[in-house]
Amino acid sequence: MNNSPYLHKAASVQSVMLRVLLALLPGIAAYVWFFGAAILLQIALASLTAFAAEAVVLKLRGKPLRPFLTDGSALVTAWLIALSFPPLAPWWLIVLATAIAMVVAKHLYGGLGQNPFNPAMVAFALMIIAYPQHLSQWPSLPAVVQMDFAAQWAMIFNLPPTQTLDALTMATPLDALRTALHNAESKTTIASAWANYPAAGHLADRGREWVAAGYLAGGVWLMQQRIITWHLPIAFIATLGLAAGTAHLINPAEFAAPLFHLFSGGAMLAAFFIITDPVSAATTPYGKLIFAAGVAFITWIIRCFGAYPDGIAFAVLLMNMCVPLIDMATQPRVFGHKK
Amino acid sequence: MRLFNFNGGVKPEPHKKNAAGLPIAVLPAPSFLVIPLHQSIGGTPRPLVNAGDFVLKGQRIGAGDFSTAGEMSSAVHASTSGQVVAVEERCMPHPSGLSALCVIIKPDGRDQWIARQPFDYRHHSPSDTRAYLRDAGIVGLGGAVFPTHLKISSGKHSALDTLIINGAECEPFITCDDRLMRERADAVLRGIGILRELLNAKQVLIGIEDNKPEALAAMTAAVQSSNQNGMAVVAVPTRYPAGGAKQLIRVLTGIEVPHGKRATDYGVQCFNVGTAYAVYEAVALGQPLISRIVTVAGNVAAPRNYEVLIGTPMKDVMAHSQPLDDTDRLIMGGPMMGVTMPGNEVPVVKATNCILVGSPKLFPPPPPEMPCIRCGECAKACPANLQPFELYWFSRAKIFGKAQEYHLFDCIECGCCAYVCPSNIPLVDYYRFAKSEIWAHEREKESADEARERYEFRQLREAREQQEKAARLAAKTAASRAAALAHVAESHPATNANQSAAEVSESASAATAPDQAAAPTPAELIAAALARARVQATEAKNTTAPTAAQQAEIDAIEARRAEIRAQAQPHLPPDD
Repeated sequence: MNNSPYLHKAASVQSVMLRVLLALLPGIAAYVWFFGAAILLQIALASLTAFAAEAVVLKLRGKPLRPFLTDGSALVTAWLIALSFPPLAPWWLIVLATAIAMVVAKHLYGGLGQNPFNPAMVAFALMIIAYPQHLSQWPSLPAVVQMDFAAQWAMIFNLPPTQTLDALTMATPLDALRTALHNAESKTTIASAWANYPAAGHLADRGREWVAAGYLAGGVWLMQQRIITWHLPIAFIATLGLAAGTAHLINPAEFAAPLFHLFSGGAMLAAFFIITDPVSAATTPYGKLIFAAGVAFITWIIRCFGAYPDGIAFAVLLMNMCVPLIDMATQPRVFGHKK
Repeated sequence: MRLFNFNGGVKPEPHKKNAAGLPIAVLPAPSFLVIPLHQSIGGTPRPLVNAGDFVLKGQRIGAGDFSTAGEMSSAVHASTSGQVVAVEERCMPHPSGLSALCVIIKPDGRDQWIARQPFDYRHHSPSDTRAYLRDAGIVGLGGAVFPTHLKISSGKHSALDTLIINGAECEPFITCDDRLMRERADAVLRGIGILRELLNAKQVLIGIEDNKPEALAAMTAAVQSSNQNGMAVVAVPTRYPAGGAKQLIRVLTGIEVPHGKRATDYGVQCFNVGTAYAVYEAVALGQPLISRIVTVAGNVAAPRNYEVLIGTPMKDVMAHSQPLDDTDRLIMGGPMMGVTMPGNEVPVVKATNCILVGSPKLFPPPPPEMPCIRCGECAKACPANLQPFELYWFSRAKIFGKAQEYHLFDCIECGCCAYVCPSNIPLVDYYRFAKSEIWAHEREKESADEARERYEFRQLREAREQQEKAARLAAKTAASRAAALAHVAESHPATNANQSAAEVSESASAATAPDQAAAPTPAELIAAALARARVQATEAKNTTAPTAAQQAEIDAIEARRAEIRAQAQPHLPPDD
């Protein structure tokens, strides 16, 4: 016997998660187009690990397997981890990261809906601290086009013929610019560093800027589907653009242009897929704006002044911590009440 | 005309077509009428008839319970003529399945009215008019059954800015107001006219959802032919819960009436179209509220609206619409806010706007509840602009203080949040639970407070009695001692004159000369002890003379308590 309302909209956690996965497809397609099918292998590895890890923990916690394994949330976490890691990273790295995300970041906090931190970002932050060398090796477009899938497979599983990753990878543009600028003797500017960068594209890294565009397209579709509201992505993009733009206007020699920032690293993935994780993000309209702006600003600070190739993971985790406070302080005006 | 918006709302499938397409059918009296005495918000009317009595149609059988409920009560009447066969407890149309006192009438088939006389409200005082409506049993027919006479209490002295007539009827399946407006627009309008005069309202806005073009047309035509100025029929966008009183007031006027406040304080008042019709029948025809329009819809072969005598068992009404075989439940009201009936024997009451027949196919049990993922869909849908997932969180964790801080009592239980929840959480159930826990706690606290007051009063009284007793005893001892000394002095004047004189003066002037070296008398000791105790009693308490800051803090705490108590009032304000 249930109580009113007796009518329910045909909505489920599963359908929400599946549409998020669907929205990732344009970005993944661009990824495969430019960098080969290795990313699909990584996504598969992450997905299988996520399922296995979640099944084990659910069993240990005495929870039913079926509803939680089919809700799709594990897949979203897995895909986001795979997409934020270098595509040729060794297999165990992605497996370890995903297992940590599922077991520690998700289930030790109580499972679906209970985690205060974004599981994918917890995994990323942990891995970049533990294995910085693996997470900074991004294959460059010119090198990757010469590799077929078998070679990529061999690389990920460390099979013969062994190639050294160093030959294939190069610093990401974010890294390259920072290294150049931090080198006090060379007196480079953004413009000269960029001119020397072999994989420069229209806005950012050649190839990766198109992946970012794919995420943007998927994200816009998610907004149209009303899975996410405009607040988080727009506030993120606006803040990152504004911070980068202001600095760039003041000192174009040392600060990169806003579009470069937006289409580099994980910015677009973060704007539409990472910071929009509803469980760990702020929930009120104003709170979302503050949360997203905070992530964007901290990201920009870490990118410009920090020592890591990208700052999104740390920025997200730092802002996750502020969510209860933000939500409490930004409660919307209730009907009939004055603010 | 400029319309305003309210947050959220949902658009469920309306399911209104079939029942709305047929005219209202007037149902005959059933073989037995079961008329509950308690049908409106407020006190339970006391029965005026006994088993064996003959009653006429429209005869008052229950008088408002004004001794305990004040004015918050309304009369009930015999729906047809016949014999009272019993005044006994019967199962009520309430999900609890609890019983309450009902008058059971066996109709005699003659349907014989009492002497009906129109009520000339223009030549009666407002308070007389209110008493008349109260005794005619007029209550809000939108479902809240709030006594109507209490909503026209602003009287003729203070003018009302806007009278809002609620014909929105936003719940799926329900079409009783739609049919009423289509078929009896003129009578509804005359009722509106009476309400307008009683409230002295400057303008009247009749809000009807734009999915009822026929009702809109009928009401517009009636308004035009009535030649009333400052009266408009307004099509409001179809969006549940546009027919909630607060929401409709907001849509039509932009005014937000906060929870627990009277709409009249904001210059508006809202009545359902059905209520307006009942007012017309009572005032213009002298007929008390003995029937209402009921929609029978859902899992039935022939959904339709019926004019049903109050007290008709629901199964007799349903039978006319032929429930299908897989019927598994009966819902009073719509699918969003309706309540499941404990059986089909329960009677139609004044609150019964719809008998919704359910089946597992029509209202499948929701899929298993998943954890909340804080997606915020509920907040987007909430017409009160609450954060339902936060309320859910606090209610579930039984952190009721926090739930109230997040305005739990502003929740109108419309069900939009649970309707959209992708995790299928029965959110409204959590809020109902939290509210009833808070009410129970408030009641407990009140009775504990009363007990404490009683105890403290007794202690005080006992202390006072002891004091008085001691004082009496002391006085008596002193008096007898003085008498004895005087006696001694009289009998031995020569030997003890000086001594006794000194003693007498000592005992007489003890109070004025406390520093005398002589030992104090018992009376003095007692008096001194009492004085000390009195000083201690006043000194020991830090509440007797608080500093300004302390006083401010105390005031703030008291204000918060008062607010919580006000929030926890179980009865909602006059929503129609």
